[in-house]
Amino acid sequence: MKLTLKVWRQKNAENKGEFKTYQMDHVSEDMSFLEMFDVLNDDLVRKGEDTVAFDHDCREGICGMCSMYINGRPHGPLKGTTTCQLHMRHFKDGETITVEPWRATAFPIIKDLMVDRSAFDRIIQAGGYISINTGNAVDANSTPIPKLDADKAFDAASCIGCGACVATCKNASAMLFVSAKVSQLALLPQGQPERHQRVKKMVEIMDAEGFGNCTNTGACEVECPKGISLENIARMNRDFLVANVVD
Amino acid sequence: MKLDAKIPEGPIAEKWTKYKATIPLVNPANKRHIEIIVVGSGLAGSSAAASLAEMGYKVKVFCFQDSPRRAHSIAAQGGINAAKNYSNDGDSVHRLFYDTIKGGDYRSREGNVHRLAEVSTSIIDQCVAQGVPFAREYGGLLDNRSFGGVQVSRTFYAKGQTGQQLLLGAYSALSRQIGRKQAEMYTRHEMLDVVIIDGKARGIIARNLTNGKIERYFGHAVVMATGGYGNVFFLSTNAMGCNVTAIWRAHKKGAFFGNPCFTQIHPTCIPVSGDHQSKLTLMSESLRNDGRIWVPKAKGDNRKPSEIPEDERDYYLERRYPAFGNLVPRDIASRAAKERCDAGYGVGTSKMAVYLDFSDAINRLGKDTIEARYGNLFEIYDKITGEDPYTNAMRIYPAVHYTMGGLWVDYNLMTTIPGLYATGECNFSDHGANRLGASALMQGLADGYFVLPITIGDFLSKEIGTKAIPTNHPAFEEAENAVTERIKKLMSIQGSEPVDYFHKKLGLTMWEYCGMGRNAEGLAKAKKIVQEIKKDFWSNVRIPGAPNETNPELEKALRVADFIELGELMIDDALNRNESCGGHFREEYQTPEGEALRDDNNYAYVAAWEYTGDNQPEVLHKEQLVFDNIKLVQRSYK
Repeated sequence: MKLTLKVWRQKNAENKGEFKTYQMDHVSEDMSFLEMFDVLNDDLVRKGEDTVAFDHDCREGICGMCSMYINGRPHGPLKGTTTCQLHMRHFKDGETITVEPWRATAFPIIKDLMVDRSAFDRIIQAGGYISINTGNAVDANSTPIPKLDADKAFDAASCIGCGACVATCKNASAMLFVSAKVSQLALLPQGQPERHQRVKKMVEIMDAEGFGNCTNTGACEVECPKGISLENIARMNRDFLVANVVD
Repeated sequence: MKLDAKIPEGPIAEKWTKYKATIPLVNPANKRHIEIIVVGSGLAGSSAAASLAEMGYKVKVFCFQDSPRRAHSIAAQGGINAAKNYSNDGDSVHRLFYDTIKGGDYRSREGNVHRLAEVSTSIIDQCVAQGVPFAREYGGLLDNRSFGGVQVSRTFYAKGQTGQQLLLGAYSALSRQIGRKQAEMYTRHEMLDVVIIDGKARGIIARNLTNGKIERYFGHAVVMATGGYGNVFFLSTNAMGCNVTAIWRAHKKGAFFGNPCFTQIHPTCIPVSGDHQSKLTLMSESLRNDGRIWVPKAKGDNRKPSEIPEDERDYYLERRYPAFGNLVPRDIASRAAKERCDAGYGVGTSKMAVYLDFSDAINRLGKDTIEARYGNLFEIYDKITGEDPYTNAMRIYPAVHYTMGGLWVDYNLMTTIPGLYATGECNFSDHGANRLGASALMQGLADGYFVLPITIGDFLSKEIGTKAIPTNHPAFEEAENAVTERIKKLMSIQGSEPVDYFHKKLGLTMWEYCGMGRNAEGLAKAKKIVQEIKKDFWSNVRIPGAPNETNPELEKALRVADFIELGELMIDDALNRNESCGGHFREEYQTPEGEALRDDNNYAYVAAWEYTGDNQPEVLHKEQLVFDNIKLVQRSYK
């Protein structure tokens, strides 16, 4: 296939960026989107130009590092798919594809398509855990957990922290990400002792990091590559309210 | 130098308990003044860093990714072993110990492996307490499944995302310590050298990958948890960033490298589709619980798998290994697939694939059950190949997955450099010549949560009087200069080929001659090729951009330079080991049935290699393995 790529190039956080156009003449249908960028970068090196910087690591859709905004959608057109798992067979010969970085105040650009998502880490550091030191645990089967609760907790825990929810939200809200962690721990008996304190601290840091408010458009759920449900946001809102009333 | 593994005296089942009770401790007031560097944030690194910080040490953690949660432990699919015996099928610590030694083809240390089996049960307790959502039965208790090479169900899992859930558990424990300012996190930092002062590891030199700055960090001790080096083959199931640089730099500073040629080739991966391929994707071993592996009985049978009748299929694993069938260990399943494909029975366009078929299981259990067990894996397969595995048999082929070799460590997990530790996949210690499925997660977390935080006391208890060494010490200066020089040299070459060109060449050579099958002639040839690649790389690589900025090509070049050197050592090690064992299959040494033929009289040792200088042959040291509790026999899964 032949494709035209319009790619956001930006030297670093201080410089202004711009779109550059690249012609790709030999794209195979079996390539992943990132493998197409490998080929582009290979050509750029041979031509003596700087390569396009982008984040990626596992290339199996689980580490959450890849993050391209493709034709106006985070991770591109395919539902439930990260950029690394998007294959070129889903594009048409002759198509022009626009590729941008995640755009959000809380995710400053580092270079080209790379952004700084450390705000997510700081939210987890504020309370996205159960306080249990190594060696203090009781036998794993001493607390039975209903399968349905465990399954729901698992669904929430399958968030990969990629930030697509923030990138697609017109408010750049991180509610889906934060609520997934809040929900996972709130659904489990182990998470109860710190339940109220946790949601309050995480929401506080979320706001401080510059993420926007949630206005219930639901775009995050649509674009989440792991299908994290809006239900989690409802659960977090309720927990947040209860925590503020109770304490 | 004589290798001393420091295995405690006494009966095997009591060694760890007695040792723990007598190991020197560091009191809480002194812990506050001791700094520890942890390199790598996967299961081994995050769990060690969190546990050490909880104990009161000051911890600095480094990872090259943008967040500690990205480490490649996250991609482990199938599960984690533990001798809980919740399935009431006769499991025990001793049985897990025995299975691991046997699975490793009798090339691992009894003392370490027994300890691993002992602490396995605490890992599950710890993870559940952290909120890790393992799969459960309707009664609310934990579910188990079985994995290759064993006859019990001792594997705990969270769908096909066990590694993700365990890593997020360790990440949350680490995050808690970062929030408490007990640990400091350095993301997008790559370790490029270890700093040695008076014979002890006292810090690292790291490159800040965002701005290219070379930075110095002090620690009373340094813990490596940097994962495996499977990317020496270019194509592997490792993440793109996985590399050998941290441990290779430590090796060049004096840490011996144990069994570098022991590589695990995983039998069930999605086959290569073209030259553009950048990595290979694993289909979890757990699939072999319900999937049946076969090829057509007739060569060149091009019918769709569903159109090939039952009696024209060769379920070769069930045929050759009736006792374990599709659940033989990985090395055996991989070799059997290669054997069928080499003999001309392979399927798919490349003919380098075999079928993994779920039609029987779907008929028996229903599509819903299969979806609940393996849904996300089937989805991955569909995305990559564009084929639906519910209706078409999967096509799979072996691929490089894990490296059992790594830095040589003693019972304390300390390398031959005092104060330098290696945990998880980057050490050599527990899996011998072949790792059993669901044991990597077990080892990473055992080392990080329950072993290293205790054993490191043996070294640190003697360091309580050591004040933090300022990083303007000449040793830091010297190490930083060497790193800067190496980068300058690489950037100045400005040849004609990108880094990947050399990496792919190296990978193909290693796969061809030092992969699933090896022989003396091929290895000798490979050594020459690798030496040529090295020469070519250092005169012809082209790295764009500048060193003092975000520069992914420079990052790759630094890693590939080390992979090339490692490749040569792997070949030397494979040539030295004139026997077949586990994943190391020397074609000259096999039984009449084509099984690995060990030579226990001459090779029941750990090969620990010492670096002696550039372009000098490495020196081999042998740690003789002693088997007091397990009888060495020909491994049989028939």
